[in-house]
Amino acid sequence: MSDALDIALRLGAVFVVFLVLPLVIGQTEHKVMAHMQGRLGPMYAGGFHGWAQLVADGVKFAQKEDVVPAGADRRIFQLAPAVALLPYLLVLVAIPIGPHNAVGQDLDAGIFFVLAVMGVGVLGALMAGWASANKFSLLGGLRTAAQLLAYELPMLLAAASVAMAAGTLSLPGILDAFQWWWVPWQIVGGLVFFTAGLAELQRPPFDMPVADSEIIFGAYTEYTGLRFALFLLAEYAGIVVLCALTSVLFLGGWHGPFGLDGLGWLWTLLKTAILAFGVIWLRVTYPRLREDQLQKLAWTVLIPLALAQIALTGVVKVVIS
Amino acid sequence: MTLAAASHGFLSPTGVEIAFLLVGIVTLGAAVVTVTTKQLVHSALWLVVALGGIAVEYLLLTAEFIAWVQVLIYVGSVVVLLLFGLMLTKAPIGRSPDADSGNRWAALVVAAGSAAALVWVVVDAFRATWIDLDGPVQGSTQESGRSLFQYWVLPFEALSVLLLAALVGAIVLSRKHGAAAAERGAVAPSTPTGPAAHAPGEDR
Repeated sequence: MSDALDIALRLGAVFVVFLVLPLVIGQTEHKVMAHMQGRLGPMYAGGFHGWAQLVADGVKFAQKEDVVPAGADRRIFQLAPAVALLPYLLVLVAIPIGPHNAVGQDLDAGIFFVLAVMGVGVLGALMAGWASANKFSLLGGLRTAAQLLAYELPMLLAAASVAMAAGTLSLPGILDAFQWWWVPWQIVGGLVFFTAGLAELQRPPFDMPVADSEIIFGAYTEYTGLRFALFLLAEYAGIVVLCALTSVLFLGGWHGPFGLDGLGWLWTLLKTAILAFGVIWLRVTYPRLREDQLQKLAWTVLIPLALAQIALTGVVKVVIS
Repeated sequence: MTLAAASHGFLSPTGVEIAFLLVGIVTLGAAVVTVTTKQLVHSALWLVVALGGIAVEYLLLTAEFIAWVQVLIYVGSVVVLLLFGLMLTKAPIGRSPDADSGNRWAALVVAAGSAAALVWVVVDAFRATWIDLDGPVQGSTQESGRSLFQYWVLPFEALSVLLLAALVGAIVLSRKHGAAAAERGAVAPSTPTGPAAHAPGEDR
């Protein structure tokens, strides 16, 4: 009985994190972007600095009409938001936030699970792009696919470097093996991983697939109401997952600097929050990359860097063993 | 065979066996729909269901690592490549009546033949082998890696050479198109991009 209770509690906690953190990041994005641009952002909803803005947005989305274009492939059009969102919920199950087994489920091949399931999420954007029966949507879907194919490889290679360093594929196992000097040792891999992850989430400066000045909103052009909100939620859940993963793989997760491990899960949250702030900052700062620049960055910069990181990891690993 | 079956209860299957069978039926159904549907993109999406079903089967056989690699490579990359190719060339919404090549019966014979060969090999190799679900996990990353690089390293390397050959072949094929078009000059319109098999970014 206690086993069932334990599992239910863990899944419940993961679900709460999944519902709360993306909204927190969304609200932070509103406020941070506003202040970086010399504005105030939402100020009225909820009273204190517009904290309830996203709740109000949610109510608005729920009231809107759910339109399916006449020429669209109805079932796939309606299924796509779920395919885009659910993988991120599944991924959160495998990410450890603290010591002593504070993880939804300790998976033996955790890294592979996380990267594999994140890749499935992109299928949602492809389905949406195709099923909308809209040229802009199809172009958005094409760009999404091209981007995923280019950036999946460096992401995998960078993650493989950490797995080599730790000698395990399990995420809690990697954190147990973590030493502080891994941060400078794996820093190149970490940068590659984070950049490739941004591209996989289609965040600026890699938001070619949803470039609003060219193809309206890419694959999501025809969506309204709740289904559109689900796609947006998937983007923010993706930011949570990417930042948490980067902090677990490359920044030591719940390990604190100078041996201050006592705070545990607070360190994970803090590192995730700092990385998420970086994601928002990049959106405000950088212009959008063109499609050819995007591909060139992946194939001629990120992949060689990731391979060099793997070589470095292998050499150091052999030398110290 | 009968002894092993009897000791594990041939007519009183466990929950895992029932789940295995049900997922197998779903996978088979999805695979049949994949090759019979008239809608091209639906076919690719049913392929996702079939490949995902196979991953679940691996999970039920305690081969966790293989299962996630299956999802990563096939669902995450191969199907995305397929959809990319479809969208780039021809992906109408609704039925495409010309999607049937007329080789239906030849394809059926080949499929039945390879299925029979595979079933024969698997049954012959694992006739009375049962996975001990209570013992140490046999399909863990560590075990898979150990057997792959201790006992099967030669086939593994041979396979990687085969893949390399396929990669070089794809590059050669896509290059040849470009050269032929350049020789014909401005007279002939440039040929469309090379075979769909080549990976993106290689044609630079």
